[in-house]
Amino acid sequence: MQDLLMDYLPIVIFIGVALVIGLALLIAPFLVAYQQPDPEKLSAYECGFAAFDDARMKFDVRFYLVAILFIIFDLEVAFLFPWAVAFKEVGWFGFWSMMIFLGVLTIGFIYEWRKGALEWD
Amino acid sequence: MPSMALPNLAPAIPEIILAVGAMAMLMLGVFRSGRVSDMINAQAVVVLVLAAAAVILVPGKLLLTFDGVFILDDFARFMKVLTIIGSLVAVVMSIGYFKAEKAMRFEFPILIVLATLGMMMMISANGLIALYMGLELQSLALYVVAAIQRDSARATEAGLKYFVLGALASGMLLYGASLIYGFSGTTEFAGIAAVIAGGGMSLGLIFGIVFLLAGLAFKVSAVPFHMWTPDVYEGAPTPVTAFFAAAPKIAAMAIFVRTMVTAFPAATPEWQQIVVFISIASMALGAFAAIGQTNIKRLMAYSSIGHMGFALVGLASGSLAGVKGVIIYLSIYLAMTAGTFACILAMRRREGAVEEIDELAGLAKRSPMFAFLLAMLMFSLAGIPPLAGFFAKFYVFLAAIEAQLYGLAVLGVLSSVVGAFYYLRIIKIMYFDEPAEAFEPMPGVLRTVLGLSSIVVILFFLIPGPLVAAADFAARSLF
Repeated sequence: MQDLLMDYLPIVIFIGVALVIGLALLIAPFLVAYQQPDPEKLSAYECGFAAFDDARMKFDVRFYLVAILFIIFDLEVAFLFPWAVAFKEVGWFGFWSMMIFLGVLTIGFIYEWRKGALEWD
Repeated sequence: MPSMALPNLAPAIPEIILAVGAMAMLMLGVFRSGRVSDMINAQAVVVLVLAAAAVILVPGKLLLTFDGVFILDDFARFMKVLTIIGSLVAVVMSIGYFKAEKAMRFEFPILIVLATLGMMMMISANGLIALYMGLELQSLALYVVAAIQRDSARATEAGLKYFVLGALASGMLLYGASLIYGFSGTTEFAGIAAVIAGGGMSLGLIFGIVFLLAGLAFKVSAVPFHMWTPDVYEGAPTPVTAFFAAAPKIAAMAIFVRTMVTAFPAATPEWQQIVVFISIASMALGAFAAIGQTNIKRLMAYSSIGHMGFALVGLASGSLAGVKGVIIYLSIYLAMTAGTFACILAMRRREGAVEEIDELAGLAKRSPMFAFLLAMLMFSLAGIPPLAGFFAKFYVFLAAIEAQLYGLAVLGVLSSVVGAFYYLRIIKIMYFDEPAEAFEPMPGVLRTVLGLSSIVVILFFLIPGPLVAAADFAARSLF
């Protein structure tokens, strides 16, 4: 039991460090920062849109497109990390599997590029 | 620890052909300017034929690869050939339709090839992860295909409905798979079967099987997971509906059978009651709900729900004869569906395609041959001897009787009687109603598809031997 708990000690330390840093950043501005509020500064910030509005507003479908394309490559990176860490174990089979995966992804990328999905106008 | 040597790729050659072919076509389509659709369509046909040839020609009786998660046996070969035929028919029938609608997109045949790749992965899956991978590849391609006419409100609605419900079904299937893995400790079918045979059956595993069945039942559109079918069939462009009605159903039914028979043979009493229920419910709903339909695509949706119910009768018996019945049923169903959709695609006037059943009125006076063949297909779908549809039903009911599922067989025959009503109504409209305005002449491709499927349907009773023997051969590889 003792050994098991010891295994989790680094996590406890990390939680402690995260708490200290988080609280420090939260509290420090109240103590040291120069404060001069105005209505614009106090309003909630929502990137690109009015913060309080009808939820069923129209907005450009290209936002979705960019988001979808982003997700694909974001996941690709998430997939590359464990592969890179285990690279020695997975060997040539693992190497070529990933190369094929990247190749397929590149073909998809070329397709969207040629189709003009990356152009904003 | 899986081995890190390069796996034997020979059993997957058909899949590799499809994958490489699809990517090559995609690049060609996007880099060639101008009208590339005809070329891509032709290439898709070549790629599919090559894949079918590879399925048949790869040597070996039972091939396992990728650490045993990919299997190529006689069952897989048979089902893959059926699936490819379904895809081929969909591609060739789509060309004329999309030309007439001025909605030609070179992505369509590529998506069909990708969906076929997913289906073949699924048919060859020998473990839960491979199953899910194939299923998802197939489904993602199908969602896009359903909405391929993106300017049509109905097609996009169909695509969206299919996507949302399909994602839900995939979620249920995954949940079931995770439960099965959790309670058996393995994702491989043989391993799961060994755990259950060793007395490892538990409540958790039953829950897992139920969720897995829910996901699979959605893919074959069996009641109570059928709600998407009529809307998607009606909303999607007709060649897409023709594709949906054949190839994906066959592939999903194949993996349904393989999962139940190879992973859960020791749990047969548990899943049998579920399959019996969804089978009866599908047959009954297919028969009763189709009666009030006026749109022929919607009618075919209910008809396909009913037919999946009949095919499940074979699986419910859980025996060799039952699986053989399912295989025969699906083969004949493919022929009947291809022919019927060739007829539906031929329902076209100068102002565009029509889909109402009443438009067929008096067809016998306008084009007697067309009407006769459609009538034969309808008789066959209703299961009237000596047409092929009768033998399809005969083999599954025979298996059910042998497995002492008398109630199932009786209810099946009764719902088949009810279902005969709406098939016969179409024949009545064609032969006895006042003629409506004539259709455009039937294009050669549709004539060929209709001709071939009619030959199978009408003349099956003369030489049933080869198909029955092949089905028997294929079914044996699962036991």
